[in-house]
Amino acid sequence: MAAAAASPSTATVWAFAAATCVKLLLVPTYRSTDFDVHRYWLALTHALPARQWYVDASSEWTLDYPPFFAYFSRLLSLAAPLVDASLVSLPVPAAPHSSPYLLYLRLTVAFSDLLLLASVLLLAVDARRRQRPFLALVLVLWSPALLAVDHVHFQYNGFLMGLLLLSLHFLEQGKDLAGGVAFAALLCSKHLFLVAAPVYFVYLFRHYCCGRGVVRGLGRLVLMGAGVVAIFAMAFAPFMYYGQMQQLFSRLFPFGRGLFHAYWAPNFWVFYIILDKILAYVLRRLGFNIEIPEASFTRGLVGDSSPFAVLPKVTPITTFLLVILAMTPCLVKAFSNPQPKHIIRWVSYACSCGFMFGWHVHEKASLHFTIPLALIAMDSLDDVRHYFLLSIVSCYSLFPLLFENQEYPIKVLLLLTYSTLMWVGFSSHLSANSAREEKKANASGIIVKQKFTGWISLWYLSGVFAIELWSQVFHNYVFGDRLPFLPLMMVSVYCGVGMMYSWMWQLLWIVRHT
Amino acid sequence: MAKPRKSRNPASDLPAPARLPWQPPAQPVATALLISLAALLVRVLVSVGPYSGQGAAPKFGDYEAQRHWMELTLHLPTSDWYRNTSDNDLAYWGLDYPPLSAYQSLLHARLINASLPDTVALRSSRGFESPESKLLMRWTVLSSDLMVFFPAALWFVWAYMKDGVGGGGEKREGWMWLLAMVLINPCLVLIDHGHFQYNCISLGLTLGAIAGVLSRNELAAAALFSLAINHKQMSMYFAPAFFGHLLGKCLKRKYPILEVTKLGFVVFGTFALVWWPYLRSYQATMQVISRLAPFERGIYEDYVANFWCSTSVLIKWKRLFAIKPLKLMSLCATIFAFLPSFVQQVKSPSNLGFLYSLLNSSFSFYLFSYQVHEKSILLPLLPASLLALHEPHLYGWFTYYALFSMYPLICRDQLLLQYIAVLGLFFLIYYSPGASYVKGINVSSGTKAVLSLPLLCSILFHIVYLQIEPPKRYPFLFDALIMFICFSQFVILTLYTNYKQWMLDLHPRPVGRRKKDL
Repeated sequence: MAAAAASPSTATVWAFAAATCVKLLLVPTYRSTDFDVHRYWLALTHALPARQWYVDASSEWTLDYPPFFAYFSRLLSLAAPLVDASLVSLPVPAAPHSSPYLLYLRLTVAFSDLLLLASVLLLAVDARRRQRPFLALVLVLWSPALLAVDHVHFQYNGFLMGLLLLSLHFLEQGKDLAGGVAFAALLCSKHLFLVAAPVYFVYLFRHYCCGRGVVRGLGRLVLMGAGVVAIFAMAFAPFMYYGQMQQLFSRLFPFGRGLFHAYWAPNFWVFYIILDKILAYVLRRLGFNIEIPEASFTRGLVGDSSPFAVLPKVTPITTFLLVILAMTPCLVKAFSNPQPKHIIRWVSYACSCGFMFGWHVHEKASLHFTIPLALIAMDSLDDVRHYFLLSIVSCYSLFPLLFENQEYPIKVLLLLTYSTLMWVGFSSHLSANSAREEKKANASGIIVKQKFTGWISLWYLSGVFAIELWSQVFHNYVFGDRLPFLPLMMVSVYCGVGMMYSWMWQLLWIVRHT
Repeated sequence: MAKPRKSRNPASDLPAPARLPWQPPAQPVATALLISLAALLVRVLVSVGPYSGQGAAPKFGDYEAQRHWMELTLHLPTSDWYRNTSDNDLAYWGLDYPPLSAYQSLLHARLINASLPDTVALRSSRGFESPESKLLMRWTVLSSDLMVFFPAALWFVWAYMKDGVGGGGEKREGWMWLLAMVLINPCLVLIDHGHFQYNCISLGLTLGAIAGVLSRNELAAAALFSLAINHKQMSMYFAPAFFGHLLGKCLKRKYPILEVTKLGFVVFGTFALVWWPYLRSYQATMQVISRLAPFERGIYEDYVANFWCSTSVLIKWKRLFAIKPLKLMSLCATIFAFLPSFVQQVKSPSNLGFLYSLLNSSFSFYLFSYQVHEKSILLPLLPASLLALHEPHLYGWFTYYALFSMYPLICRDQLLLQYIAVLGLFFLIYYSPGASYVKGINVSSGTKAVLSLPLLCSILFHIVYLQIEPPKRYPFLFDALIMFICFSQFVILTLYTNYKQWMLDLHPRPVGRRKKDL
């Protein structure tokens, strides 16, 4: 086609620029307390020496990310005094901030997305040195979940995902050392990605160190170890020097948080609760004396008392073991046949395991596997089907984050536009592919139209509409102000079904095909 | 205009071009849905921003005017809408649009009254502002846009492509780009969803009428265009084009008188229906008409980039002449300006000529008629967007200066961020990868330098206007300079389009002419 004369990288930059315009328009929208968190961190890292970063408690939003993120905050704060001196003054002023103030912080997020763009540009070529479809790259850059969480709710996931994708790019291209180092840098920016560490470890050990003789393997092991240790030293050495390691770790791993976040992430534990509720109800009906647990599910802090009436209490150790258990098939596969072309899938699967079975999981963590999976969304018909479902479910599960009326049409339209883009792009991709195959095979005129959605997933997705309609319209009519948490629970449970399916699909795919 | 030219990757060792997801074999219906959703998203995002006169007591802005009209139409009888009464102070945002606008206000007032009655309470609601009422008011514009402008745009693009209006040189898949250009018009989006007005309704009705003409539904077109005039009298800017084109078509038919009578009947019927409550007495009708033509407000307001305002630096029109000779002068000038395009359409009506004629006649009104606002540039911009496939450079150039001519207004409304974002988005779509409709211009470097001079000036003035305090003696110096730049560009544009319209006859296009001379 003569019309499509733009090179893939031009087109990708174009898509990013369009997304940036949308990000600009999102500046005046709602922001959560995360905005205050990052505002404080900006001021903290700018105004105080590193010695006090993990000690200062002048705000309730204490720094609880690893040092690289603090350095990153410091970098973003460099230009801040030029805009508004109150941006970097401590204690953070409580007065409503000026519009340059807001604009500056929003722009730091848009600016840090440049790393995501760079990684996506690098990922335009896949592990087999083939061109990735442009749509797969656009699906990352235009992800509605990323827009909602970063540019409305306010976080820096674009930067973190950029780092993760960068490391995946290096691994795909066989540059294992760079990939390992990039992943170490990611861990030092946000420790939640630790969940992917086992896959990285196994893969790098087998693919980078093994199979080249003992001496060379050992040398490589040392090299990789040195690289990773160097990164960790860059991050933690200053604080070790200050003797603040214990303080730092108590900030990074705050114990005493409950199994659930304030809003239930749509994962395995949602079903555990529901099962507990049902069992309690049934047993009570049968005449057993079941105590109603005092701890509430809807509070973030549960403390020591078990929130379950019948089922055994879940401890962090249980969740840790479950995550490792769920990951085992993938680790075995990565150990037995480490191939760069599967690395995105394995890392995404590890993140899904963490999301499904982890302790105190945030709903936002679903980004960690949805975004990388977008890159391989068009590898096969099954992938297309799976990603179509997963991306809609994961974005929909983030809807409760933006709860104000003003953002309602924005989140709905973001999701609808994205789904339509997938619909248009996937169906045209599939029909172009089948046309090409037909030409190749010179088949006898039997056109098998490849539908990218099956009946079940179509029905499931229309259920999303029903849930949304219920929580927006009918819930108020039926219950009035009672049971305000019911719509949220319905969203969690319903999305939990989709997430469970996605997790199992990924597991099966990995077991069968890698 | 020095546009950032897209590299056409001439080297063959570069990777294969990106396959865009919305290009064929994508399903047209789903693609149209995608474009519409994206256009709606942009509108919703802009509507988050501030509106005109937000928190600016005591006079506020267009937002308050619309809210006030809702309040009036909801609580007063129809006969009192245009009269000065104890409840209706005409000096405070009196209703000055035709009755269809008033009905629309009434409808929206009923909707808002159902959930937030305080917003439209009689008298006590003056200057009422709350986040909820802002949302509801924004939703009335969004829904109007969605229900009037969007279907009209889809109908137009369908009719345009079906008929091959632009001739054989255009690719079939150009319709997506055209639809995006019509729907994501930065000026319309900013004025309706940022500044706060309902241009989408009158322009949407006009666009529907244009689509009607292209698909040979003349009677529907006449009715829709009458409705457009009855929503905003400014739609009259297009009247010479509609009149000339439809007259020219009728004259070519078997029974010209019958055809003209049918059209006249539809137009009068529509008008009578809309004006029904005011037709009881001559006085009531004249009262409304006097509200619609506020001659006492002077020949121009603020700094609008038209002939009267730009030349007033040299000739003080307002001081030299009374209102009456000025009225006559502006009338004559307007007629002279649209006459060539009108005559061309009566002589040889064609679909492409009709679109040019719409542009020329609305431009002549913008440049020469009485009491023009800077927002009236939206009217010539509509036919220019319809010609986007045929005249891509003209449209990009025009959109930029049209938006620039409203820059002072945008700054007053504090919509600068939205201005930058929407302008950026527009040019990204304009130069979208895969859109080869915007080819490089084959002009000499001298012409290019001449064209890029005003562009450089305008970029400079974007910054100067914000950063530098104008001298005390001339507080509106920069407004005036912006106006000059835009005026010069508009004059060049309209001379060019008039020339193009006349050339249509001299160089008849070989393809696709046979159907159009009905």
